[in-house]
Amino acid sequence: MSAEPRPTRRELLLRGGKALAVLGGSAAAARLAYDRGGWSVGAAAGVREVRDYRRQDHGGPCDFAVARGDATTTPAALVEHAVAALGEMRRFVSRGDVVVIKPNIGWDRTPLQAANTNPELVATVVRLALDAGARKVIVTDASCNDPGRCFQRSGIWARAHAAGAEVMLPAEHRFRTMRLGGEVLDEWPVYRTLIEADKVINCPVAKHHNLAKYTAAMKNWYGTLGGRRNRLHQSIDRSIADLATFMRPTLTVVDGIRVLMRNGPQGGNVDDTQRMNTVIATVDQVAADAFGCTLIGQRPENLPYLRMAEERHLGTSQWQTLRPREIALANDVAPETRALWVPDGRDAAEVSYALHVAQRARVLA
Amino acid sequence: MSAGELPQPIPWLGVVGVVPSLDGVSAAPATPVVHTAVLEAPAVTLASTATTTAAPATAAAPGFVARLRARFAPRKRPGSGLPARKIIVALRNARRVSQAGFLGLFVFLLVRTEFRGGFAGGATVRMPYPVEGFLLADPFVALITFLASHAVYRALWWSLAMVALTLVFGRVFCGWICPFGTLHHFFAWLLPNPKSGTGGVRRVRANMTHGYQDAKYYLLGAFLVAAVCGSAIGGLFDPICICVRAIGLAVLPAVSYVTSRGLDHVSHTNVHALQIGSDATRDALVATVLQPKQYFFHQTWVIGGLLFAVLLANRWIPRFWCRVLCPLGATLGLLARNALFGMEKDHSRCTDCNLCLVDCQGADSPQGGVKWKQDECHMCMNCETACPEDVIKFRFLPNRRSTTLAQDGLDRRKVLVAAATGAAVLPLARTSDTLDSNYYDRLIRPPGSVPERDFMERCIRCAECMKVCPNNALHPAFLESGIEGFWTPILIPRIGYCEPTCVLCGQVCPTGAIQKITEEQKLGSAVRHVDPIKIGTAFYDHGRCLPWSMATPCIVCEEFCPTSPKSIWVEEIDVPDRNGQMVHVQRPHVDPQLCIGCGACEKVCPVQDRPAVYVTSVGESRSRSNVILLETSNYNRR
Repeated sequence: MSAEPRPTRRELLLRGGKALAVLGGSAAAARLAYDRGGWSVGAAAGVREVRDYRRQDHGGPCDFAVARGDATTTPAALVEHAVAALGEMRRFVSRGDVVVIKPNIGWDRTPLQAANTNPELVATVVRLALDAGARKVIVTDASCNDPGRCFQRSGIWARAHAAGAEVMLPAEHRFRTMRLGGEVLDEWPVYRTLIEADKVINCPVAKHHNLAKYTAAMKNWYGTLGGRRNRLHQSIDRSIADLATFMRPTLTVVDGIRVLMRNGPQGGNVDDTQRMNTVIATVDQVAADAFGCTLIGQRPENLPYLRMAEERHLGTSQWQTLRPREIALANDVAPETRALWVPDGRDAAEVSYALHVAQRARVLA
Repeated sequence: MSAGELPQPIPWLGVVGVVPSLDGVSAAPATPVVHTAVLEAPAVTLASTATTTAAPATAAAPGFVARLRARFAPRKRPGSGLPARKIIVALRNARRVSQAGFLGLFVFLLVRTEFRGGFAGGATVRMPYPVEGFLLADPFVALITFLASHAVYRALWWSLAMVALTLVFGRVFCGWICPFGTLHHFFAWLLPNPKSGTGGVRRVRANMTHGYQDAKYYLLGAFLVAAVCGSAIGGLFDPICICVRAIGLAVLPAVSYVTSRGLDHVSHTNVHALQIGSDATRDALVATVLQPKQYFFHQTWVIGGLLFAVLLANRWIPRFWCRVLCPLGATLGLLARNALFGMEKDHSRCTDCNLCLVDCQGADSPQGGVKWKQDECHMCMNCETACPEDVIKFRFLPNRRSTTLAQDGLDRRKVLVAAATGAAVLPLARTSDTLDSNYYDRLIRPPGSVPERDFMERCIRCAECMKVCPNNALHPAFLESGIEGFWTPILIPRIGYCEPTCVLCGQVCPTGAIQKITEEQKLGSAVRHVDPIKIGTAFYDHGRCLPWSMATPCIVCEEFCPTSPKSIWVEEIDVPDRNGQMVHVQRPHVDPQLCIGCGACEKVCPVQDRPAVYVTSVGESRSRSNVILLETSNYNRR
């Protein structure tokens, strides 16, 4: 025993120092990673999240335009005239903007089946945005069926790509869980591309929906969410209102060119559709749905989500207050633009009040 | 080697000493070793005239550059140092290029066995090229499906090209083309036997012909007899099927998983630049190799684990699968019996250096003194390239004096046992209640599948359909269709439903177990009186359904129901909640006449763990017995 050399003081200090370092390091790591345990579910707290892409002006010469044509009118002409009536795309898109266009590309259906937005309509909006000076135009949606099939078979991939847009397919990593702070929608994965844009243009398709009766503009924001969206149907009207509270687009262009009248929202049969040759362009997504539902014979009073949206001052279902214009397009005559609705004496007071409500809503929102 | 350590005896040479050429330059002893004594008459009788060769004395401590230079300098050929023929060296190099190229092609086709969509695509979705090409050229697949179903399905006659190639050149498929063979080649190189090191004595011993190599012929016999009895179960062991199944269902999803989780961790840092980099990396990977979503497959840990085990077996038996188990290799071996291209040996010149065995792939006895086993040879050309004595010569129409066949040594009794085993598979598997009675209710086959017995005659479990399914709906069965149906495709709607307009699984099926159907045939056409193809029928579990039992609106199932008119119809009803308040709900019902069993309803039902609506196989178009309704069943109509 005695023959063995004893450790030197230096060695001893080194060993002691190392032991202390290991112990101290472990303690520090444990402190950092300390888990008190217990069970708690994050409470829905706080601030309502809003992505407000609306143009901050006090209304243009016209805030609600409806272009109608006949069977020979191209979708491009309908879109161009409707947007022109609002004051051209320049009003909405500035030079250098990143513009995200959100069509409905929800279903593995072809254009004739009218479950997705008309590809020509999407392509025209892309072209108008690029012409107005947009730096980049992204076309995307979070589909219900396999996105590859939906994007390709809807024809939107091909047409939007040809028009110069970047077509982006949804992928898991493009969603970020965030707090929406809605009445029923609390924490959900949200499509980042849609909330990181400069301008957002909503391009829904008007169609029948068996649960919500009629859906277009406001319901189109289902495509903002990832995760298991199927729970939303348990309170579909409040979900739609929550989503429209969260997303307020720069511009809404509703596809009413071919409208799914029944078997919605998927359809699947050309017999379920009807040609309407109509495009609605507006700054107010609530007004878009209030007017649009008449295409399938619905009335705004039957759509609870419109009432909720008005109560939340998201817009007005009184589209008459938005200086509506109608553009009649036909093959053989020059386009004719006229006021879509002219108040007669009896309605004047009512409309005056509605205008007041609408303006107040704008101030509050 | 230390001075005191004695050289190991080399048993098959019967000499004590080290053959310097075996151990390469670095391991060579500083002093030349003389083969001292012949201990006993070796089994190898010819050419025991082992001449002494002096290994070059190595420098005392070579520097790094010198070692590098030595590493890449052309090795001095040992023995008489006769150079290999230029054509043979060229062939060996061509073989290496071919192996890499075909492995690359295989992986490319496998990765492309999927639908991504694109701006150039139209409303009709098909694979632009035959992604299942390797299987179409597989004679074993053609043979067992022919024996079982008495038909050669469509492009399977491509495999005749492989038959012709083998009749002329021998098993070049194994050595030059087969992706599984190339993987084994690689892993046998990567995982040398722990006790040998590279280039050692044990490696030579491992590459000598062994009795266990006969196993594949017995296995082939069993599979062929099983096929004659009506079961294509041999596909379980087909190397191409294994590659598609294991790489496509286990390796690629695992790679995707690891990559995604890793990039998630990067994204979850709060450094913006890192997040952008992570997103860009993922976008680039998704655009090229990875699939845009994570795929999950039913019980694929078994498939992945077996691949791992088989590749690991190379550590003990180089090219384990190819030599011991591969029924395709055995089939090609049968064809290669009299191939026109082959080996001649000049035994008198052999010095027993065994260099030919160091890199032998087929363990086909290329060395002098024994007969070459033609049906085992993979035509890798390593032996002639290595031979420094001009013993081995590959040529057309060789003399066959020193050629023999492993098949000729097969034990007749074992062949009979194997055949009996193959014949027993069918009655044993099918009387254990899974196929003809007590049909498993969730055994949903892909759309366009032939009736179950025909399906068993054709399905080779290659997993092409599972790989191509865009919705991750098709999965390898575990025991759902009995032991015989192991790894045959089943549809699990909860993971993914059958996209009504998609016909890709039938398009890639090489054997016609899933027929090539058109969209119109699948969806049906009222105009042309074509009924849609049904794969099952949906049912409601009222106790779990929100409108049925919880006074809550829902009907997501109805929304997703793809038929027109919808197979799911709703009953408008006011029901009381627990406070007696009336709630208006729509209660869903299934119309069994219209339901095609696609499973979209089951997939999207918000009752997450066990859905309130589910699909079972009853009512499937392909079956005449698995039916519910009196009318509209195929049985009645035909």
